[in-house]
Amino acid sequence: MSALSTRPGEGIPTLELRGVNKSFGAVQVLRDVNLLAYPGKVTALVGDNGAGKSTLIKAIAGIHPIDSGEILFEGQPVSIGGPRDAAALGIEVVYQDLALCDNLDVVQNMFLGRERHNGVILDEVSMEQAARDTLTRLSVRTLKSVRQPVSSLSGGQRQTVAIAKAVLWESKLVILDEPTAALGVAQTRQVLDLVRRLADTGHCVVFISHNMIDVFEVADRVAALYLGRMAADVPITDVDLTRVVELITAGRSGDLGIESATVAEAGV
Amino acid sequence: MASSTTPPAADLAEIPAPQSGFEGDASASTLGGAVSGYLDKVRGGDLGALPAVAGIVVLGVLFTILRSQTFLKPLNITNLLVQAVAISLLAMGLVFVLLLGEIDLSAGVVSGVCAAVMAVTMARHDVPWYWAVLFAAATGAAIGLFTGVLVAVIRIPSFVVTLALFLGWQGVTLKLIGQGGTVPVRDPVVVGLTNSSMSVVWGWILAVVVVVLYAALQLNRWRVQRTRGLASQPLIVVVLRIVVIAVIALGITAVLNVNRALNPNFQLVGIPWAIPVVVVLLLALTFLLNKTSFGRHVYAVGGNSEASRRAGINVTRVRVLVFVLSSAMAAISGIAAASRLSSVDASSGGGNTLLYAVGAAVIGGTSLFGGRGRVRDAVLGGLVIAIIANGLGLLQVAAYLNFIITGAVLLLAASVDALARRRGAATGH
Repeated sequence: MSALSTRPGEGIPTLELRGVNKSFGAVQVLRDVNLLAYPGKVTALVGDNGAGKSTLIKAIAGIHPIDSGEILFEGQPVSIGGPRDAAALGIEVVYQDLALCDNLDVVQNMFLGRERHNGVILDEVSMEQAARDTLTRLSVRTLKSVRQPVSSLSGGQRQTVAIAKAVLWESKLVILDEPTAALGVAQTRQVLDLVRRLADTGHCVVFISHNMIDVFEVADRVAALYLGRMAADVPITDVDLTRVVELITAGRSGDLGIESATVAEAGV
Repeated sequence: MASSTTPPAADLAEIPAPQSGFEGDASASTLGGAVSGYLDKVRGGDLGALPAVAGIVVLGVLFTILRSQTFLKPLNITNLLVQAVAISLLAMGLVFVLLLGEIDLSAGVVSGVCAAVMAVTMARHDVPWYWAVLFAAATGAAIGLFTGVLVAVIRIPSFVVTLALFLGWQGVTLKLIGQGGTVPVRDPVVVGLTNSSMSVVWGWILAVVVVVLYAALQLNRWRVQRTRGLASQPLIVVVLRIVVIAVIALGITAVLNVNRALNPNFQLVGIPWAIPVVVVLLLALTFLLNKTSFGRHVYAVGGNSEASRRAGINVTRVRVLVFVLSSAMAAISGIAAASRLSSVDASSGGGNTLLYAVGAAVIGGTSLFGGRGRVRDAVLGGLVIAIIANGLGLLQVAAYLNFIITGAVLLLAASVDALARRRGAATGH
């Protein structure tokens, strides 16, 4: 673990988890999970259904605070008790179900919960300008208008808005939950490009995906969860597709992964 | 018809201005672009105020033809507007509840309880009118807090909570009034709310001030959007909107400032005081809904409560506050109804009161499914309901037909809402 965090050449990780546990009632969903994510890098979080990926990001986002273990943000231990704590640290999560309000427009969604004011009056002018600037900075060219309701956007455009919303907040860590799951080929392309640009502009990106092609295309590191345990958390160059699939399905691949004894104990 | 922009379903086309990257603009800042944008929205299922305006025009023409001697006379128009007051006030509060996708079946009887509180404190305890009115409004707010906590904190479906309270509060009204009794309201100020009028001069001053203020706000917003390169509507659309508001405000004032007394030797002119009260509340609540964080959060919670929670909005607080606001508006509506009848009885706020108000909101364009609606819907829909009630009254239609026709109109409005929603889902609007 300490060997991992001092891996040369990658600087201080933006996010580091040490021995994180989380149970829902009698079910232990996360066991001793460690994770490292670096600024300017895309970390792919992979794992089969029920491996604990969603629980892990919800723990980081403060939606399901952890039971035990340590969370370090930019090297400092932090406690995340709710979504506001996470947001205050600069953690933004783009959820699978998008978490956008269909009835609001693009600007309103991007500033949802953090509206700008002039006194008590909403400052629409500055919000619209900031939203435009952010979208332009991310080279988003597919939106017709920043004042169109989100319900009129395509899946890829919605995903773009959700990601831009995260970037708007000067966030340091952006977590994307299956951003390409429901998208067509061209839209997936757009979103992957956006993910790459996000990392290239210095954000630390954690990216959940079931699609290995996407993972190998944009990720710098890959972290594989297996039944609530971290099977491996390594640079993508250390593994290939076959090994990642083995880690996902068996929790082990060659010298990587969970000890076979613990695999058995985990209940397979 | 307070203006306003931001939230979804803004009036005519709400389309962007030319700026880097965001196309679809050049077309929108012209009149043609704005018109086609609006047509797209309507085709996409967002009808806005269209059904209510169509309803007012069609019903108005119909009753004018059927009762040409009476319907369009200033006296009847005044009656009609005053009839719409209590419905519209109740519906304004309900718009907020409906925006959340909740329902308040008890709003009507809450208006009855609050009216009873006011009448009883004035008649039996000699409290001055302002304390009685304040006390009634506070009662409404407290009732709303109770409902809101049951719905938002304990998470009982609002349908069930308010159905139970619908029965419960009727009992409270009965207890306050006394079995079968009536409490008269004699205070000149409260009675005058719907039964006396402001002077002709003040009426004109008020109308002009409203129009000038509206025009100034609209033009200023347009100017800021233009100079900052933000999404804006073409100037011609803004001007047209101002003209429409001016025609309505000045037209109604002109009609109400004509002597409407049946006996020509008698002078009966001016805008009933209840109308400026409705206008002020309409403006205040529209401001709250469109220009403040609270209003934005009401739309957000109605659109996607989970997304709102994740965005850090205190969803429980928003829900509770909406019920407080709605019940306080119910209290004001109850006061207006008591003023019109100059009394409160045990059935005040019962019967059709709530259904008329929900119908008004829905006819006006507020969705029963949450997330879409505006305060002005309550006023437009309230007018439609009042026209139906008033017109059928003039036709001396049998009571059974009155029920059937009103029911059919409500059903029609709800169908339009449901179809618009389906269409919206199908076209991605």
